[in-house]
Amino acid sequence: MLQSYASPLERIWYYVFRILCGLILLFLIVPILVIMPLSFNSDSFLMYPMSGFSMRWYEEFFGSGVWRTALKNSMIISPLATLLAVALGTLASVGLVRANFRGKALLTSILISPMIVPVVIVGVAVYLVFSPLGLSGSYTGLILAHAVLGVPFVVITVTATLQGFDYNLIRAAASLGADPVTAFFKVTLPLVAPGVISGALFAFATSFDEVVVTLFLASPEQSTLPRQMFSGIRDNISPTIAAVATVLIATATLMLLLLEWMRRRNERLRTARP
Amino acid sequence: MNTVEDAMKPPAGGREVPLKVRLRRAERARTLGYLALIAPLAIFVLLIFVWPLISLLQRSVDNPEVSAALPRTVAALHGWSGHELPGEPAFAALAADLEALKGTSELASAAKRVNMELIGFRSLLLGAAREMPLAAGKPAKDAMIELDERWGELATWQVLARNRASVTPYYLLTALDFAIDDTGAVINAPAERTIYRAILVRTLWMSVIVTFWCLLLGFPVAYLLATQPPKVANLLMILVLLPFWTSVLVRVAAWIVLLQNEGPLNTAMVRLGLIDAPVQLVFNWIGVYIAMVHILLPFTVLPLYSVMKGISPTLMRAALSLGCPPFASFWKVYFPQTLPGIGAGGLLVFILSMGYYITPALLGSPKEQMASYFVAFYTNETINWGMAAALSTILLVATLALYVIYARYFGPAKVR
Repeated sequence: MLQSYASPLERIWYYVFRILCGLILLFLIVPILVIMPLSFNSDSFLMYPMSGFSMRWYEEFFGSGVWRTALKNSMIISPLATLLAVALGTLASVGLVRANFRGKALLTSILISPMIVPVVIVGVAVYLVFSPLGLSGSYTGLILAHAVLGVPFVVITVTATLQGFDYNLIRAAASLGADPVTAFFKVTLPLVAPGVISGALFAFATSFDEVVVTLFLASPEQSTLPRQMFSGIRDNISPTIAAVATVLIATATLMLLLLEWMRRRNERLRTARP
Repeated sequence: MNTVEDAMKPPAGGREVPLKVRLRRAERARTLGYLALIAPLAIFVLLIFVWPLISLLQRSVDNPEVSAALPRTVAALHGWSGHELPGEPAFAALAADLEALKGTSELASAAKRVNMELIGFRSLLLGAAREMPLAAGKPAKDAMIELDERWGELATWQVLARNRASVTPYYLLTALDFAIDDTGAVINAPAERTIYRAILVRTLWMSVIVTFWCLLLGFPVAYLLATQPPKVANLLMILVLLPFWTSVLVRVAAWIVLLQNEGPLNTAMVRLGLIDAPVQLVFNWIGVYIAMVHILLPFTVLPLYSVMKGISPTLMRAALSLGCPPFASFWKVYFPQTLPGIGAGGLLVFILSMGYYITPALLGSPKEQMASYFVAFYTNETINWGMAAALSTILLVATLALYVIYARYFGPAKVR
């Protein structure tokens, strides 16, 4: 990048710019690197220097009733909310991409708006309507509310994938004798799947990290992992928080890798020449 | 489902339908099929999202308490001029209402409601109810004024008369620091009761600062990513995406660890001799801004990156080869092309930060709490639905106004 004929000023700027970017990237990643080691601290303070290695905070996380319940609740609510958001969102995306009708832009904006309406407002509003219906303090209520928050991500990723979809491929399949069902499973699905799965990952991450709506809607028995972390950080911050954080960072890494793998596979499929 | 092919077939018998009509029919049938695919999600979002929001907005003008609790009084005050004390019938009606209500929850909620507009009204109303029924043989008006001379004041009756209606502008006006005076005119609220404009200004101001820093820090990183070979760029992208995918609560906890008085940052600064004693970096504005910029930074990097990837490097080279100095060619040729990315990323960050609740609540002092905090406060602590709804309405209107601009210029399909 740096040409041999660059002036001294350009040289200096080249290095200053790199150092600057390095510092910004450091700012992004340091918090994540700092909290993980503390989960192995034998001391009961969440601070450096560490006094020794221990797994006690992981035992606390997986052994204590509150955290186990929270983990269990998160593992019930998030997958079901994701499933609901993906099922409804994918169907609607197919319609949205192919149909032309008046008010389509408005409808799309409404379907995407749960992403931008302040989540506290969603929490209060949903609580207001769900309480008289007996849906507050219930798994059903939480799953429905989390699904609505995940819908925009599914709609955005799936419509984006479908927009790049070449319908000639289906015609080609039909001309080669495939019936619509075969064409869907053999041609459409493999090409669209990455978009659906990315949408699902976003929806899952949204629900898995959701705390505000849960604060309003959940009874103590339905406390989720983020909800439990919220009260943990507020009341008594202990290294158990670091252990939970480490587990969540591992989950995030896994999702990121999955997404990246899918993106590459998709790119390969799209640019492939027979 | 009908297809174009079906429509093309001539009808089995009878008159020939023109092809144009048949095509239009097929098109309509097709659109209906697609609408059927969209319908389940549309109904779901309407029921679980739009309907609750509308109910909440409606709560900001909802005013059922007085008319439900004091029906006779409300009827008696109908047509009252408001310039002089109401006559005996209104007092008698109020006495009858209070007697009927004595000790009920309707009375308590009506008392709470009128007390919002006139401090001391709660005890006045509850106290009067306790004295019911009035001694016979004396006009109700004299008896009530004898009980408490405030019943003889015009302001007391004006509050009751104002809340006759089942709709009130009170909460929305209060949420903007306005009040209604005795003549019914809208005035600025007395200085000791004004907090909301300051909260709204603070919410906007904090969002401006966070957006500014996100753009300032996001721009160089996006530029670096866009100009590196794919292998390096993908690797560096992980540094942006990993925090993006990590739970917000994890990042908040991590910043507490980093910024606390005994934390690595303070220790390092003391060791380096930059400061003599640890400085307070968290549970004040510093911590809130640092964490908010950290959480929202990827939202500027990603759109900027995708815009910058689409800018051809030959344009810069052309400018340079034509003798334009490097910084001038960057500013005049490259930078203007990044404006869509700056607009999309900046607006998205601004919209998101306006609604922030968790980060200020966990990392800030009372002085950094934004509008969302007060919505939660009125819902959870004082159970004042009217104020919670009014603040929500204002916050929602501001957010949606920005979202309309965003959707208009940057398109919902580009929201990533």
